[in-house]
Amino acid sequence: MNQILDGLLKMVSDWNGKFEGAFNIRENGGCAGRRSTEHIKIETKQDKPGLDIRILPGTKGESVSIPACVTHGGVDDLTYNDFYVGEDADVTIVAGCGVHTETGEPARHNGVHRFFLAKGARVKYLEKHVGTGKGAGIRRIDPVTEVFMEEDAVMIMETSQIGGVDSTARITHATLGKNAKLHIHERLLTEGVQQARTEFEVVMNGAGAGVDLISRSVARGDSRQSYRSVITGNAPCTGHSECDAIIGENGSVAAAPELVANNADAALIHEAAIGKIAGEQILKLQTLGLTEREAEAKIVEGFLR
Amino acid sequence: MLELKDIVWRAPDGEAILKGVSLTVPDDTLMAITGPNGGGKTTLARVIAGLEKPESGAILLDGEDITNLNVTERARRGVSYAFQQPVRFKGLLVRQLLELAAGGEMGERRMCEVLSRVGLCAREYIDREVNATLSGGEIKRIEIATVLLRHTRLTIFDEPEAGIDLWSFGNLIDVFKDLREHMHGSMLIISHQERILQIADRIAVIAGGVLTREGAAGEVFPELMSDAGGNRACCGRREGFAG
Repeated sequence: MNQILDGLLKMVSDWNGKFEGAFNIRENGGCAGRRSTEHIKIETKQDKPGLDIRILPGTKGESVSIPACVTHGGVDDLTYNDFYVGEDADVTIVAGCGVHTETGEPARHNGVHRFFLAKGARVKYLEKHVGTGKGAGIRRIDPVTEVFMEEDAVMIMETSQIGGVDSTARITHATLGKNAKLHIHERLLTEGVQQARTEFEVVMNGAGAGVDLISRSVARGDSRQSYRSVITGNAPCTGHSECDAIIGENGSVAAAPELVANNADAALIHEAAIGKIAGEQILKLQTLGLTEREAEAKIVEGFLR
Repeated sequence: MLELKDIVWRAPDGEAILKGVSLTVPDDTLMAITGPNGGGKTTLARVIAGLEKPESGAILLDGEDITNLNVTERARRGVSYAFQQPVRFKGLLVRQLLELAAGGEMGERRMCEVLSRVGLCAREYIDREVNATLSGGEIKRIEIATVLLRHTRLTIFDEPEAGIDLWSFGNLIDVFKDLREHMHGSMLIISHQERILQIADRIAVIAGGVLTREGAAGEVFPELMSDAGGNRACCGRREGFAG
C-alpha cells in the first residue's frame, strides 16, 4: 500500500494497518481490499459503481468500514453505496473519504450513500472528510446521504470535514417512521478560499419520531459557507436544530434554517448563531495564562470537537 | 503584595467609574471589597486582572509595575480572576477547562478533589460541556474551581456568592476559610455577604468610584453593620442570596 493511501486511511477511518470487522477500501475508483463477515455481506453493484452492504437482522456490536480515497489528481470518482440494516441490528458504519492531489489537476470523490434501517435497527455512522497535498489542483468531496428509517430505528450520524477540502456540497436527506430517532452532528472548518455548502432535509412521518440536528462550523480566511436545513413534521414528533458558526478574518456564513409543521403536535425548534469568538471567552482563557492565539485555538478546537 | 496607585477608569461614554483609587493588599491577607452596586468594585477587579486598562494610575505586584502588561502576562505572573458572570463555551468540556487552568493533564482523582471542594461530583460534570445547559450555580462553582487550581499569589473572586444557593453557600464559606488558612499570597474577594466579610482580614469599601474606608476587618465590619441598621449604604446582606 502506498504512503498516501495509508495516510488518508488513518485520517478518515480507524485504520491501523488493518480493519476490525467488515471493510472495503476504495482507491481511485478501484477496490484495494475487501472483507465480508458472517453477518455483514459486501457485494459489488452490478448496474453502477458502488457496493451493496447487507447487515443481517440482529447483528450486534459489529462494524463496517468503507473508506474511499483519491490519491492523485485527474480522478473524478463517483460511487453509490447502499446499506441494508436488518431488524434490531446494532452496528457502527465508518465511511471516511480522503482526496489528495499534487499535480495541479483536480481530485474529486462523490459518494452517494443510502441507508435503509429496518425496524429497531441502530446505526452509528461516522463520516470524516479530508483533503491533502500541495498545488493548485482542486480537492473536492460531494457526499450525498439518504436515510430511510422504519419504526423504532435509531441513527447517530457524526460527519466532519476539518481542513484541506477546497469545495464541497454536502446533502443529507432523511425520512423517519414511527418512533424513529435521528441525531446528526456536523463539524465543518473552511479556510483560505474554500467553499462549503450543506443541506439537510429531514421529514418525520411517524408519531414519536425525533431529530436532533447540530451543525457547528468555522469559516476563516476568505472562505464561504452556506447552510440550509428543512425539518418537516407530518405527525406528532419533535425536531431540534442548532446551527452555530464562528467566523474569522473575511470568512462568511449564510444560514437558512427552515421548519415546517404539518401537524399541531409537531414540536419544532431552531437555534442559530453566527459571529466571531466572544471576547470574554478569549479573556477567560487568558486569565488562565493562555495567549490570545492559544485561547482562540482552544475555543475552536472545543467548538469543533 | 498588590499596590494600586490612584487608578482612574472611564466607561466608553466618558463617565468616570473609578476616580482615583489607591489601595494596598499585603501578603497573606484576605481582603474583602464591598460597597453599593455600581460603585466600581467589579471594574477595579477587572483592572487588576488586566481585562480593563486604566486611564491613569499604576498597579504594582510585589513591587513590579504590571500596569502595561496584558491579561496573559499578568496571569503568568500569578494573578487569578474568578469572573462574576462566568463565561460559557460551546463544545469545551469541563475536563478541558480544568486542565487549561491546571496547566496540564489531570487525573480523575485530582478533578474529583477540586470539584468536590466546590460541591460538585466530578463524575457527573467532567464530560459535560461548559455551555448553557449548566445552571448559574453550577457554572459558578466550575469557575471557582478553575481559579483554585492555579494556586497563584493573587487571587481575585468577584462576588463568588452570586448565583449560588443558600444551601451550598455554607460550603463555599468553608472553601474560603480553607484557602485563607493555606494561603501563599493574597486574596481579594468582592462581596456583599456578611459571612465573607467576617472571615476577611481587612475590608475595603468602594462607593461612587472612590475608596471610602479601609481597615482591619475587626474595626470596619462593626461600622458597616451599624450603618446597615439605618442608612444601609453599602453592604451587609443578611440573607443568603446575593447578586
